[in-house]
Amino acid sequence: MGRKLLLEHVGKPGIQGLEGYRANGGYRSVEKALRTLTPEAVLEEVKKSGLRGRGGAGFPTGMKWSFMAKPPGVPRYLVVNADESEPGTFKDRYLMERIPHLLVEGMITASFALGANVSYIYIRGEYFYIHRILERAIGEARAAGWLGKNILGSGFDHEIHVQIGAGAYICGEETALLESLEGKRGNPRIKPPFPAVKGLYDCPTVVNNVETIAAVVPIINDGGEEYAKIGVGKSTGTKLISAGGNIKRPGVYEIELGLPCEEFLNSDEWCGGVEGRALKAVVPGGSSVPIVPAELFFKTAKFEPRLMTYESLADGGFQTGTMLGSGGFYAYNDAQCIVRSTWNHTRFYHHESCGQCSPCREGTGWMEKVLHRLEHGHGRMDDIDLLWDIQKRIEGNTICPLGDAAAWPVASAIRHFRDEFEFHATHPTKVKDPKHFEKEPFVRKPKPVEA
Amino acid sequence: MPKVTIDNIEIEVPEGTTILQAARLIGERNAADRHVVPPTMCYYSSLKTSGGYCRTCIVKVTKGSDKDPRPMPKPVASCRTNVMDGMVVANTTDADLLDARRAVTEFLLINHPLDCPICDQAGECHLQDLGYEHGLEASRYQFERRTFDPIDIGTTIKLHMNRCILCYRCVKVADQLTDGRVHGVINRGDVSEISTYIQNVVENDFSGNVIDVCPVGALTDRTFRFASRVWFTNPVDAHRDCPKCSGKAVLWLKGQEVLRVTGRKDQWGEVEDFICNECRFEHKDLKAWTVEGPRKIDRHSVIGQGHYELKRQQRMLESAAPNVPELNKAKQPDR
Repeated sequence: MGRKLLLEHVGKPGIQGLEGYRANGGYRSVEKALRTLTPEAVLEEVKKSGLRGRGGAGFPTGMKWSFMAKPPGVPRYLVVNADESEPGTFKDRYLMERIPHLLVEGMITASFALGANVSYIYIRGEYFYIHRILERAIGEARAAGWLGKNILGSGFDHEIHVQIGAGAYICGEETALLESLEGKRGNPRIKPPFPAVKGLYDCPTVVNNVETIAAVVPIINDGGEEYAKIGVGKSTGTKLISAGGNIKRPGVYEIELGLPCEEFLNSDEWCGGVEGRALKAVVPGGSSVPIVPAELFFKTAKFEPRLMTYESLADGGFQTGTMLGSGGFYAYNDAQCIVRSTWNHTRFYHHESCGQCSPCREGTGWMEKVLHRLEHGHGRMDDIDLLWDIQKRIEGNTICPLGDAAAWPVASAIRHFRDEFEFHATHPTKVKDPKHFEKEPFVRKPKPVEA
Repeated sequence: MPKVTIDNIEIEVPEGTTILQAARLIGERNAADRHVVPPTMCYYSSLKTSGGYCRTCIVKVTKGSDKDPRPMPKPVASCRTNVMDGMVVANTTDADLLDARRAVTEFLLINHPLDCPICDQAGECHLQDLGYEHGLEASRYQFERRTFDPIDIGTTIKLHMNRCILCYRCVKVADQLTDGRVHGVINRGDVSEISTYIQNVVENDFSGNVIDVCPVGALTDRTFRFASRVWFTNPVDAHRDCPKCSGKAVLWLKGQEVLRVTGRKDQWGEVEDFICNECRFEHKDLKAWTVEGPRKIDRHSVIGQGHYELKRQQRMLESAAPNVPELNKAKQPDR
C-alpha cells in the first residue's frame, strides 16, 4: 500500500467543506508558512522536495519558481492551470471535485512563496460544476480569514479568482491560457519572453498544474526532504494517475513514483489487470505521449523492469520509450485497432489546433484525412510513408508543443505497429467493418528489440 | 555590438536585432548575399508583434552565442529571435532546414487554391515566390480543399478566404493603424477565417492598407479587380499633397490611365509609408499626382510575363551545392 498525500482524506465526511477539511489537518501549511517561514524558506522546501510539474512536461517546480522575475512595484501572479483537456487525463477534476480546499490551501502557500497577491484558477468550460465547488470553497476560506487582507496577521494579502475557459484544448498551453485569461483569442505566445518574465498582463507569472500546487501542501507540512524520500531518483513524491481503457478497475489512483509498471497494471490495488483479453499496447501519460507495445511497457529495451517514473518511462527515448506526461494512463487489449485509435487522436488534434502556425494548422488536418482513409479501407501502402513524412515535418516546427503532441502518437504508432497499418492497406474489405479486430485479433510479429 | 554569422557571412548588428533583420542587413550591404535572407510570409517590420506564425523564415542556430555555445534544439523563427554575440546561424547551407522550409511551403499550399491565372495578386504574390523557390512540382494532397465564398468587406476590398494563409498581418494593421478594429480571425485550426464582426464593413481612412500587406490574393482591391495583370501595367512613383498621409504612392498605369494606386514597397516587399484610402481609391487620375519617375520593382515574380528570374535560385545552388548535395535534387518530388 503506497502512501497517499493528496487523496489521503478523500471520501471522509464533510471533506469538501472547510470544517471537515480543517478537522483533518487542513490549512496547516498556510499557518506554518505564514507564521514561521519566509517566502524564500518556502521556495527552498519546494526545491528540496524535487517536485516536478505534474501537467505533463515534468519541469522542476522549485526551479520554475526561482526563475520568476521580481522587478519592484510590479505585481506578480500565480495562475493555476485547471484546463485539463488531455484525452485520458481526469486527475485534476477528481482532486478539485473531492477536496477543493487542498487546491485553495496550496495556492495560498505557493503565492506566499512567490509574493503574488492575486492568483487565478483557469478552469476548462466543461468543468462548470467544479467552478461552483471551487467558488464555494473560496467563499468559505475568505469568510474564515484564509483569504483577504492581512492573512493570520502576517501582513500577507491574497485573493483567488476562478475563470472559466470556453473548452479549448490549446488554452491548456500556458501562454495561450494567459491570452485567454486576458480576454483575448487563445493563441500561444512566442517564447521567449517566458511567463516568468512577462506573463499575465505583462507581469511576472508562474503557471502551474492543479496537482503541482496541491502537492505544495504536504511538502510544507512534512518538509521537502520528507517528500523527496518518496520515489526514485529525480522522480520524487506521489503522482495521480487517471487509469482507463481496457482495464478492470478504471479510476484515479495516487501512486508513489517508482512503482513497477507491471504491478500498477496487474495489481488489484490499482488497475486490476487487463479486461478479458491480452494486452496490446499502453499509453501511460495522456494522448500526446508515444504509445508503447505491451512488451516495451513492462520491460525497457535493456530488459530492466520499467517503473512509473519520469526517467524510466522515457528510457530508450522515442525509439522504445514513452513519457509519464500528465498521468493519463490507458491500456489497449488486442481487440483494439491502433490505426483507429491513432485516427481518433489525430482527429482531436486537428479539431483543437489553434490555426496560428502553418505546419500544425494544415498538417493535423492532412494526417487526419489520410488516417481516416486508411482506417476505412481506402488507404494505400504509400500512405504510411506519407503519414511518417507529415508528422516528421510538423514536429519541432511549431510555436507551441501542440504540433509535437499531434506528431508523436502518429510516429510511435507507425514505429511500433507498422504491420497493422500495412494490414489496413492490404485488407480494405476487412477493415471496413469498424469492429474488425474484435472478431479476429491482429497477430503482431514481435519486432526484435534493439537496446 | 553583437556579431552574428549567417551562412558563413559575418555582420555586426545593434543590440536587439532579430536574425531576420541581421540577414536583411547582410542583403542590403551586398546584393550578392541576398540569398541568406529567409523568406517571410507573416512578418512585417512596421507591424508590432507580427511574425512567428508562418514558419517560413525558420533558421537553424548552430551556436547560441559566445557565452553559451550550445545549438538551439529546434529551428527557430528568425523574425522573432534576437541575435546574441557570437551566434552562428545556418539558413541555405543546411539541408535539413531547407527540407523543413519545403515542408512549410507544402503545408501552406495544401489548402491554397491554384487559381493564380484568375487571381489579381499573381505576379506580385509572396506565396508564388515561395512556392517557386521551395515548393514541390506536384502536390501530395489528395483531398478536397477547404472552401469559402468570396465576400466584400467594404466597398473597396474583396476577401477571398480560400487564398488566405492566416498571416494575421491585416489584423495587426487594423489593430495598430486604425481605431475600432471590426475584423479578426474567427474559428480555429484549418477552418479559422478572417471575417468581420457580424457582417460589419471595414470602413476607415486606412483600411486599404490591408490589401498592401496581404502576402497572397486574399485581400484585393475591388477597384482594380480584373482590370489588368500586374505585369502589363507600368508602375511609377508619384506623390500628392495629402492631409491624411504622406501621399507617397505608386501608380500602376496602362497608357495614361491609372489602374490602381498602392503604397511604395521596399526590396523586402513591405510598404514604406502606409497611404490613406483617399489616395488609394479616389484619385485615379494622373492630373491629381506629381509623377517622380519609374518605379523599380525588384521582386522577381513581377518582372515579366511567363518569365521568372532564376538568378536567386542559382546563387543559392552555387553557394550551397558543395555542402548540400540534396539541393541539387530540389526540384524532384520528395517521396
